[in-house]
Amino acid sequence: MLEKKDIERLADMASMKISASEADKFAGQLNEILQYVEKIKEVDTEGVMPTLYPVSLENVFREDKVEPSLAREKVLANAPEEKDGQFRVPRIMGE
Amino acid sequence: MSREYETIIGLEVHAQLATETKIFCNCSTEFGAEPNQHTCPVCLGLPGTLPVLNKKVVDYAIMAGLALNCTINGYNKFDRKNYFYPDLPKAYQISQNDFPICEDGYIEIDTEEGTKRIGITRIHMEEDAGKLVHEGSIDQATASLVDYNRTGIPLIEIVSAPDIRTPAEARAYLTQLKQILEYLGVSDCNMEEGSLRCDANVSIRPVGQKEFGTKTELKNMNSFRAVERALEYEVERQKKVLAEGGEIIQETRTWDDSLNKTISMRGKEEAADYRYFPDPDLPPLVVDREWVERINASLPELPREKRERFVREYALPEYDAGVLTDTRELADYFEACVAEYSDAKAVSNWIMGDFLRLLKEENLEIAEVKMTPAHLAGMLKLMDEGVISSKIAKTVFEEMFKTGKEPEQIVEEKGLKQISDAGELEEIVLKVIEANPSVVEDIKSGKDKAIGFLVGQVMKETRGKANPGMVNQIIREKIESL
Amino acid sequence: MELCDLTIHELREKLETNEVTAEEVLDSFLRRIEAVEEKVRAYVTITADEARERVSGELKGSLAGIPLAVKDNISTEGIRTTSSSKMLENYIPPYNATVVEKLDEAGAVILGKTNMDEFAMGGTTGFSAFHETRNPWNLEHVPGGSSGGSAAAVAAGEAAAALGSDTGGSIRQPAAFCGLVGLKPTYGTVSRYGLLAYAGSLDQIGPITRDIEDAALLLNVISGHDSRDSSSVRQEQTDYTAFLQEDLSGMRIALPKEYYELDYNPEVKESVLAAVKKMEAEGAIVEEVSLPSIEYSVAIYYILATGEASSSLARYDGVRYGYRSKEAANVTEMFKNTRSEAFGEEVKRRILFGTHVLSAGSYEEYYVKAQKIRTLLIKEFEEIFKNYDLIVTPTTPETAFKAGSITAPLESYKMDAFTVPVNLAGIPAITLPCGFSSANLPIGIQLMGPRFGEGKIIQAAYSLEKLLQLENKRPELEVR
Repeated sequence: MLEKKDIERLADMASMKISASEADKFAGQLNEILQYVEKIKEVDTEGVMPTLYPVSLENVFREDKVEPSLAREKVLANAPEEKDGQFRVPRIMGE
Repeated sequence: MSREYETIIGLEVHAQLATETKIFCNCSTEFGAEPNQHTCPVCLGLPGTLPVLNKKVVDYAIMAGLALNCTINGYNKFDRKNYFYPDLPKAYQISQNDFPICEDGYIEIDTEEGTKRIGITRIHMEEDAGKLVHEGSIDQATASLVDYNRTGIPLIEIVSAPDIRTPAEARAYLTQLKQILEYLGVSDCNMEEGSLRCDANVSIRPVGQKEFGTKTELKNMNSFRAVERALEYEVERQKKVLAEGGEIIQETRTWDDSLNKTISMRGKEEAADYRYFPDPDLPPLVVDREWVERINASLPELPREKRERFVREYALPEYDAGVLTDTRELADYFEACVAEYSDAKAVSNWIMGDFLRLLKEENLEIAEVKMTPAHLAGMLKLMDEGVISSKIAKTVFEEMFKTGKEPEQIVEEKGLKQISDAGELEEIVLKVIEANPSVVEDIKSGKDKAIGFLVGQVMKETRGKANPGMVNQIIREKIESL
Repeated sequence: MELCDLTIHELREKLETNEVTAEEVLDSFLRRIEAVEEKVRAYVTITADEARERVSGELKGSLAGIPLAVKDNISTEGIRTTSSSKMLENYIPPYNATVVEKLDEAGAVILGKTNMDEFAMGGTTGFSAFHETRNPWNLEHVPGGSSGGSAAAVAAGEAAAALGSDTGGSIRQPAAFCGLVGLKPTYGTVSRYGLLAYAGSLDQIGPITRDIEDAALLLNVISGHDSRDSSSVRQEQTDYTAFLQEDLSGMRIALPKEYYELDYNPEVKESVLAAVKKMEAEGAIVEEVSLPSIEYSVAIYYILATGEASSSLARYDGVRYGYRSKEAANVTEMFKNTRSEAFGEEVKRRILFGTHVLSAGSYEEYYVKAQKIRTLLIKEFEEIFKNYDLIVTPTTPETAFKAGSITAPLESYKMDAFTVPVNLAGIPAITLPCGFSSANLPIGIQLMGPRFGEGKIIQAAYSLEKLLQLENKRPELEVR
């Protein structure tokens, strides 16, 4: 079962910040769900292939032909912060 | 107590594939564009967008796999490698995890002990990330700027087996790999432009021990030389750690080219959990025998094969063959010349000598050279016919190289025709003999070598155009008759 | 009934014969929106000006002049597309989803973007970051979700029809709650290009309409192969309206006992069984079958959907578009603060669960196991469809419940039991009203068909619709 620290690790992996009380709450809820889904273990799936794609397609390709890119103003239109035609973000630690 | 250690090196090379468009969208892959000029909703990962696979990427990956002696996997899929970083628009990279396109290949490299095989564990396709530029100084960056032009450019990741035993071998592996990929035309393999990148894994173990030691991963090496030096440093560092009774920590270390050392990137100790799972947006890729055979049939002759053929077919020394097959362009140029002038060794000398020298001086690509193989062949024929001497030929060659004019035209325009008229030469020889009595005395008293000086004087008089063989002959005759 | 209460095909007839103009039609809908939207709150963005501009020009196509609503997780160029999340509150896409392009080409008029559960995660539309939508049949009750806004808009006469998306029932459940027709097509039939992904192997866009004929009309427009969607299937051009035939004779109907043996609202069960009886009377052959893997479908659905979603929603990091937290000393903190501040609780919960089932140590045990059970479920459906044309079940075990009455996550997840098997199997399913509860809330009956069996379910649904004659019933909204 998941503990508070597991939730904190998951939140970290998912780049989310959660408070101690949230971690507690989520732990409880996720454990409930995990308990519910435990029943999948009773299903015999010996020799069964996993379904990766619900439709039987393969080899979907496109041609190696250049097409116009999106105009830069449009690329940057929703940018929270931009500079010199690039997206600006706070500094990256540990480089 | 000093123990003998064996070095174990594995290399991970990322090569950008030289397709026109990106792997999952139709944006151009052209290098050097202004930031964010080659992006679209798909490679930006805008909400709601989906990837569609560029067939040419698969063709190129298969080519690389075949040239590297790999098995091409019939069933392929794409997986998501999940992590957060500003240069990764979807916060996952579409890559291949458990069903990569190629496996179990090898490269042959030349070492002092002979030819050695380095295993290639796997090759897989994936998309490149964007480019980050830091604002402010390196230690105190205030912000970063992201350019997504590079996002989505197709990559193949080539993972070697841990068969490399010295930093020099590592360099040889990289050199050979680069040459093969260039021969295939699937990648520009330019480390400066970033189309070829290399990370290394290195560990040491006492000689005789079966288990591998703890390995460290080295990053940020921007040239083959840097790879070699980084590995040399790291091996020494690891030896020192063990000698002092310490343990090697499994970590990622970055190579600092200016400080000449590897530096720990603490904070990356915990192995990231990438949560690989099959990308539901891309159906499986099935490569059948027919496809592989088609590609196989279209593969160009590879460097090693070509080298061996040059030795056989053209009776060239190993060394010449090696130089001439350094790049496919050079080898093709050489063969085009030989097609018109059959003395392969003569052609080889000119290409290995003046051609490569001028190429470097003028900083040109072979494709940009104005002199054609036919021109070089033409010049060699003029030499055979005695129209120009070998010395004059050097001038003609340089002129041809720079202007692209035909050799005959140059000889004509510059009046470089060799003087082979005995009468004309006799006159000049007599002049020179008269002007250098002491030298003549030396020759008469046995100093045969002094003839060279007189020949030189005649050449000076004729500005190099005198037929040196004839001059030599005439000088001897005249002196004898004195 | 006013113009805004009519179906697409009824409006088309009036437009084609010039009985009314496109402006008049649009006006009717805009007036209805003005009258009821305050109570229903179906929309996130209303594009009245754009719509007026559009009808002032000449419109051609099978949907010419027909005002429609589009769920707010479908990308509309130049019109904000929020997925009802704070994360995308001001995001304006630079491109149109393929289905939107098709609507445009067909001459449709888009009235606006409808409210939904944030990022399509939910069954009430109560998880919208902006406001709640209410059920036009009873404003104290939920319209269902996640396409609750689309369903409420159509039910209230605020749109002639709407597009929704369905990952585990998000078209069918709200359609059932709101007394409408909802169709989830076979996976691969309608392009997903431009649909903000929740779970790529389960998502499909589909119509929410007043009757079966409208659903067939809309499906004709939005379906078709799209080279921008690698999961899009190439099919022969199908005219789904060709299946609008009243003919049930010989249709073999399967009733999975797992659906009927459960304990749930008896009025729902009765109403559905009564409808089935009517079909039998018209010549359909009804038999009981078993789908044992149904038992596990909610479990595997939540494992697979949240796993995929945890990855699909990772791109919302504040770098290129959308919300960005103001407080951040470095980029990692920016990611964390942005996602914590802009995602709602349900989204966070599913992302955490999804991250867990994909993480090393849990992946084989949960995600791969779920994929294997999915295979078993698909096989079970295939076996049944070898001998039967349709599977018929209630769409939901309950009618629209009171807003705020369900709080526990697991409780609400279990409500999806009747709809999720369809997405897992990639098969088509349609819901239509088959009755009303004693509280006058709609009850929906669900018809499932084999892959690419839209024709069959449309025909059966159309026949049933004509037998039940409920399609003209409209909620009594206090219209000011």
